[in-house]
Order: sequence, then structure tokens, then C-alpha cells
Amino acid sequence: MAAGKAGGLKRYHDLNGWLFIAPSILLISIFLVYPILRSLYLSFFSGKGMMMKFAGFGNVVRLSNDPVFLQALTNTITFFVVQVPIMIVLALLLAAVLNNDRLKFIGFFRTAIFLPCVASLVAYSVLFKSMFSVDGVVNQALLALHLTDAPIGWLTEPFWAKVLVILAITWRWTGYNMIFYLAALQNIDRSIYEAARIDGVPAWARFVYITVPMLKPVILFTTIISTIGTIQLFDEVYNLTEGRGSPANATLTLSLYIYNLTFRFMPSFGYAATISYVIVIMVALFSFLQFYAARDRS
Amino acid sequence: MNASRLTAATLQYVFLGVAAFLSLFPFFWMVISATNTSIDIIGGKTSFGGAFGTNVTNFFTLVDVPLVFWNSAKVAVLATLSTIIVSSLAGYGFEMFKSKARDRIYSLVLLTLMVPFAALMIPLFMMMAKTGLINTHVAIVLPTVASAFIIFYFRQSTKAFPTELRDAAKVDGLKEWQIFLYIYVPVMRSTYAAALVIVFMTNWNSYLWPLIVLQSNETKTITLVVSSLASAYYPDYGVVMIGTILATLPTLIIFFLMQRQFVQGMLGSVK
Repeated sequence: MAAGKAGGLKRYHDLNGWLFIAPSILLISIFLVYPILRSLYLSFFSGKGMMMKFAGFGNVVRLSNDPVFLQALTNTITFFVVQVPIMIVLALLLAAVLNNDRLKFIGFFRTAIFLPCVASLVAYSVLFKSMFSVDGVVNQALLALHLTDAPIGWLTEPFWAKVLVILAITWRWTGYNMIFYLAALQNIDRSIYEAARIDGVPAWARFVYITVPMLKPVILFTTIISTIGTIQLFDEVYNLTEGRGSPANATLTLSLYIYNLTFRFMPSFGYAATISYVIVIMVALFSFLQFYAARDRS
Repeated sequence: MNASRLTAATLQYVFLGVAAFLSLFPFFWMVISATNTSIDIIGGKTSFGGAFGTNVTNFFTLVDVPLVFWNSAKVAVLATLSTIIVSSLAGYGFEMFKSKARDRIYSLVLLTLMVPFAALMIPLFMMMAKTGLINTHVAIVLPTVASAFIIFYFRQSTKAFPTELRDAAKVDGLKEWQIFLYIYVPVMRSTYAAALVIVFMTNWNSYLWPLIVLQSNETKTITLVVSSLASAYYPDYGVVMIGTILATLPTLIIFFLMQRQFVQGMLGSVK
């Protein structure tokens, strides 16, 4: 009798639990799970527009012979390998310094450094485009400071275009990551730092041996989120470099290539879907590696 | 000892000063540029000019500002409200009700964080085309509502929700949905505030999906309009700057209004 009642209660609670998560599960199934499976299915077809026929692994063969794809892949990897570490280290340093309440104007600094991630992606791309024009304010400043002899072709030279994209993403997202670290730091007991200070542990060592290990779960989380974001890079490259990834495809990313294949050129859904799976595999692989690296050290 | 303290402090201020300058300069540049002509902007002029009125007038003649603003607001508000409702329900559900199946489902939900949008956009576009939703704002909102990131955020924050409150409410005979609505929501308001800031910013600024779905001028959002003005062969940067200011202002206002709550909410989520 008692067991029966408990079982009934459990069933009641279970039903309630399901009701709470049902809307998300339903939406995720329709708008995430179904499309990702559909993408996989599409990747076995080739053809233009709605005229599609089964191609087996034909698209994969096409991938390996497509120089534009290889360029987009290289660019995407370059962006994330260079940008994510720079941003994470910068965000950590800023958070560590901003965690010191004894500094003056701390509120101002925190807000100022967070502010870029409030800016609209399109708006900041446009701002960077005008700031980094040949005669623009950045080149003028660099010339005035004698850091360069001639204006840099930020938007016209392949190498500098890549640098510009990296600068832009770093500007926009460092403060966002910093907020996660700052929030995590505020939850760390201050007495640990006080004790270390009294023991004469220098500031850099406190950072490396206390702050970084304490923040490891948050660092892992932000690194994975940033990796996913950078591998999917689209808005910035589309708006900074005329929608094509110019100059000379130097800033063409995989997402931009997929967009071009689907909506700019004659649509080849199957081939584009195949490339989207390259992104899926990359994200899965890098997330796994980061999890693995984080686990290994502990 | 004292001298090294002083250098350390100086170094920190220099570091923060440079970072704050670099963070704020583009905003300053945006405001300055809105008052200059396109030629001055490209030439790197860093002082106020007299072209503000002309830029505003030109922007308002080129763009149906009320319509574009209405479109953006509609998309962002609808998406934010529905995302927060659906995700907070899920966060509460995943944390409060324990069962093995649900843990497995939660792992799957977290796994969807890794699914890049590029891998979804072609099938999603086909779905919307098939159901006749191309060019509608519903098509923009629907795929964004169930967000694994926000569900994760709410579940993390729910860990700090005192279970005694829930137990007491149960003893008082409140039903589960009543506990959620009358106790959980008010107690977790800073969590809601932080989620609101993040989700609103994401949706107000969203670009790629609207670019694909919204093809008529009547439905376009401000980010699309600013982007298309800026990608003209000879963009009028003075006009574009008015657009960037208008596109940035709402998120700035929301952030400053909710700043205190936002920080509190973030603190709760990383405990």
C-alpha cells in the first residue's frame, strides 16, 4: 500500500518533470535534431537547386579537390588557433586585475571593457572597416607613432585582412569571456589570496598557481564556447570583407563558403551540407581535445 | 617593498587604461563619425564635424526607420520572452526532477551546443520554404527559442535555489507550476535579468539567419539594413554611422538598465 503510494507520487513527479522540459525537447527536436540529420542525408546528394541525385561519397571526393574549400578550412583553423588563446589569456589577465576592489575606478574599467560585446556585430564590423581604411584613423595613429613607414592595407592585403579579423573578434569578445572569469573569481574565498600574499608568493605566481587552476572549469567552458564561435565565424568576415571573403579568399571561412554555395552561387545544397559536416566534425574534435587536455592536468 | 607595490599598481592602471581606451575608442569613433562626411571618416578625422544633420536626414530618407525598428524590436522581444520562458522551465525541470532518462536527455541537450548553425541552415531554410514562412518573423524566432546555452545557464543557477523553499511550498499544498511561478521566478529574478540581457543582445544583433530568411524590405531588421548600406560600392559612412548608433543604442540601454542585476545573475551561474 505504502509502496504503491510512493510509486504513484514518483510517477506524478516524473510527469511534472517531463512537462517542464517538454517544450524545449520538442523545439530542439524539430529545429536542431531533425535539421542536423537532414544535413547528413543531403550530404549524399549532388546537383543544382532542387534537381538532386544520389552521389554517395561524391561530395567528399569533391571536397578534397576543391582549392577554395581547402583555403576556407585553413583560414578557419588559423582564425581559431591564433585568436582563441590570445583572447582567453587577455580575458584572464583582465579579470585577475579587475578582481582587486582596492583599485580606483574599478566599476568604470569593468564596464568599459565589457562594453564591446554589447555592440551589434554588424555595427562593429562597419566601424572597424572605416577605422582601418588606408587613410583611416588607425593607419594615421601608426604613422604618427612611427610604428609603420607606409599605411597598412588592412582591407586589401591578404595577411593584414586576416589580422584585422582577429583584432575585431578579440575586441568584441574578450570582455564577454572576462565577465565569466570575474564572476567565478568573486566566488573564490579571498583568504586564499591573503594567505599566499603573506607567505610572500609573488603576484604572477598567485595568478598561475591559484587563479588559473581555480577557474579551470570556467576556462574550459569559455574556451569551448569561443572555439565553437570562431569555427562558425561568419558575420565579421561577411561585413568586413565585402561578403566574399576578399582579398583573394584570405578571409573566407567555412560558414561563409557554405552561405555562398547555397545563397550566392547556384545553390548546391548537397555539397554545402557536406562542408557543414566538416564544421560539425571540427567542433566535436576540438571540444573533445579541450575536455581531454583539461582532464589530463588535474 | 613600497616601491614595488607602487610599480605593480602603476602597471595595473596602465594595462587597464590601455584596455579601456581600446574598448571605448570604436564607440567614440562611432559618435565622432556620425557628425562627419564620408570622406572625412575614411580620412581618419578624429574631431566633431558639421554633417550630423545631413547624415540623419539622409539616413531617414534612405531607410523607413520606424518600420525597421519595429521589425527588430518585434523579433528581439518575441525571441527573448519565449527563450527565457522555455529555457527557465527546462532549467528548473532538469534540476528539480531526478531520473536517469532525464540525465541522458540533458547530456544530449548539452551536446547540441556543439552543433554549428552552418550545419542547420540549409535544412532549416528548406523547412521554412516548405511551410511558407520565408519572409516572416516567426521563422526568425522559432529556431532560436530552445537554446542549450540558456538551459545550461538556468540549470546551473537553479543549483543555488534553496530546496527548503520548495519543500515548504509543497507542504502548503502548492502545485509544481505554482511553485515555479510564485516562488522560483521571483527568487531567481537576477538570473532572469542576466539571461534577458544576453538573449536580447543575441537576438537584436543576430544576422546570418535573418539575412537568409528575410528577403523583402518590409521585414528587414536594422542589422540587415545597416549591413546593406555599408556594403554598397561607395558606402556613405556618415549615413552608415547613424545606422550603427541606432543599432547599438537599444542593447546599450538594456545593458545599463540591468547592469547590477546582470552581474548578480552571472555570479549565481558560476557557483
